[in-house]
Amino acid sequence: MTTEYVSPEGLRLDGRRPHEMRHMHAVVGVVPSADGSALFHMGNTKVMAVVYGPHEVSNRTHQLHDRALVRCEYSMATFSTGERRRRGKTDRRSTELSLVIGQTMEAAIMTHLLPRTQIDIYVQVLQADGGTRAACINAASIALADAGIPMRDLVVSCAAGYLNSTPLLDLNYQEDSGGGPDLVVGYFPKLEKLSLLQMDSKVPIETFEKVLELATEGAKAVATFMREKLLENTKTLASARGHLKL
Amino acid sequence: MSGPHLDADHELRIAKAQRLLRDAAGGMHSRAFVNVGDVIPVDHEAGYLRGHGTQPVKEELLATVCGVVERVNKLVSVRPLRARYNAETGDVVVGRVTEVGGNRWKVDVNSRKDAELLLAAVNLPGGIQRRRTAIDELNMRDLYVENDLISAEVQSLHQDGSLHLHTRSLKYGKLRNGQLVRVAPYLIKRLKQHFHQLKDLGVDLILGCNGFIWISAASPGNKDNLPGSVATSASAVVGESPLQFEVRERICRLANSVRVLGALGLLISPDSIMQTYEASLLWEVPVKDMLSADFYVKLAEKEAEQRMKR
Repeated sequence: MTTEYVSPEGLRLDGRRPHEMRHMHAVVGVVPSADGSALFHMGNTKVMAVVYGPHEVSNRTHQLHDRALVRCEYSMATFSTGERRRRGKTDRRSTELSLVIGQTMEAAIMTHLLPRTQIDIYVQVLQADGGTRAACINAASIALADAGIPMRDLVVSCAAGYLNSTPLLDLNYQEDSGGGPDLVVGYFPKLEKLSLLQMDSKVPIETFEKVLELATEGAKAVATFMREKLLENTKTLASARGHLKL
Repeated sequence: MSGPHLDADHELRIAKAQRLLRDAAGGMHSRAFVNVGDVIPVDHEAGYLRGHGTQPVKEELLATVCGVVERVNKLVSVRPLRARYNAETGDVVVGRVTEVGGNRWKVDVNSRKDAELLLAAVNLPGGIQRRRTAIDELNMRDLYVENDLISAEVQSLHQDGSLHLHTRSLKYGKLRNGQLVRVAPYLIKRLKQHFHQLKDLGVDLILGCNGFIWISAASPGNKDNLPGSVATSASAVVGESPLQFEVRERICRLANSVRVLGALGLLISPDSIMQTYEASLLWEVPVKDMLSADFYVKLAEKEAEQRMKR
């Protein structure tokens, strides 16, 4: 028997409509010792990102003379999944995700303005309920903006899938394990360009286009939310300090 | 902004105080704030100059950082709030030596790169003026070693973002008998004076433009006519008596005042530090409780109240 992911009434397992996202929540600047940090929730998926830098390159052999070195480390907390399990930072999944997130962020950062420096991004999943990849990119993006690192545009990310012949936005864990295609986009909302597109299954081209469009729309919604949060944070910081002239 | 852990009641009060602060700042500059990727309105006909924090995309000027738009004549730039220290020549900074080598020290000043302090840019012990020899290079560790804290002045900035420091004055040099507090550099305003002596407290204060703040016991020989004495690692703490408890407590109280101000994102100046210090005494807050949620919220409310009056 196959699970019914979309009921005849058009509702998903957690009661959302197919085009509905989960509730988002973001906190900027959660780690005082870091240059930038953020907490990003997408429904039950919770991710924390911390940015250090730009600072002196720690290993001089890795120094790049014309741009910044961007390092990214992804990890999952022991308590992040239903089953408690110690996870290394070196397993295949983490290594791949570190690379994917790092490359997406590097594409956004104006690295050529910061030669011979290093930027460290640490993302940790505190609670995993599907769409961790997207949540990590969103959290890292806010943290980078908080750290005042120049970026071409905010990178926002959203996942979408295709189950029961319906394109579904922002899959949760249950839907993620449904075996259908799962697509993640990294998107520059202002430049209207994609910086990341990942899908590990075969899908007819018509379906793919529908799912891609849905994911992009989702990303735009994330962008609106993130902008609002960042602007609010900037205003709070500036008004607390007082004098606008720095 | 990140302070202590707040419960629901404190959460409400801090939100209210922040709202008041924002009201006090007024709506005068609501347009001055931009996010990454926002369009900055510019006068295309009159022309403009593109400054830091901006990029041109398809006839439009976009911001590349979150912050405040600044316009000076035709120059349009965006200044990020919470960013690393952006040095300017003449700034007083406090830094930590990270490396000794060749004829220079490397100093961490919270900038994008470590600053360099050349051997030729320091005063030699005894204040002798002469060329630095190979012997001086070998004896560099007598002056500063790794992890020493020093105060210095920014001598020059370079194209690639690196900077040079100098300590060619008696007021600069190695720091001891005190406490370092780190805050975000945007909270410190550039003033005429960055060295302060809080006379009645017996405490010296250095507000580094890079957000490093040094609070120490007043140096005993603070007479102006010391014959070129430079504090060195070798001569450190020889025959110095331990500080009195009262002085140490005052240093801690001042340091915690700075920490709270930093956590609240309030401007840090000698005045604001002293006000916080006095408030903590007035409310009879023990030093150890100054970083608690209660003091944090009360201080925010006090500041909001003051600003509303103005």
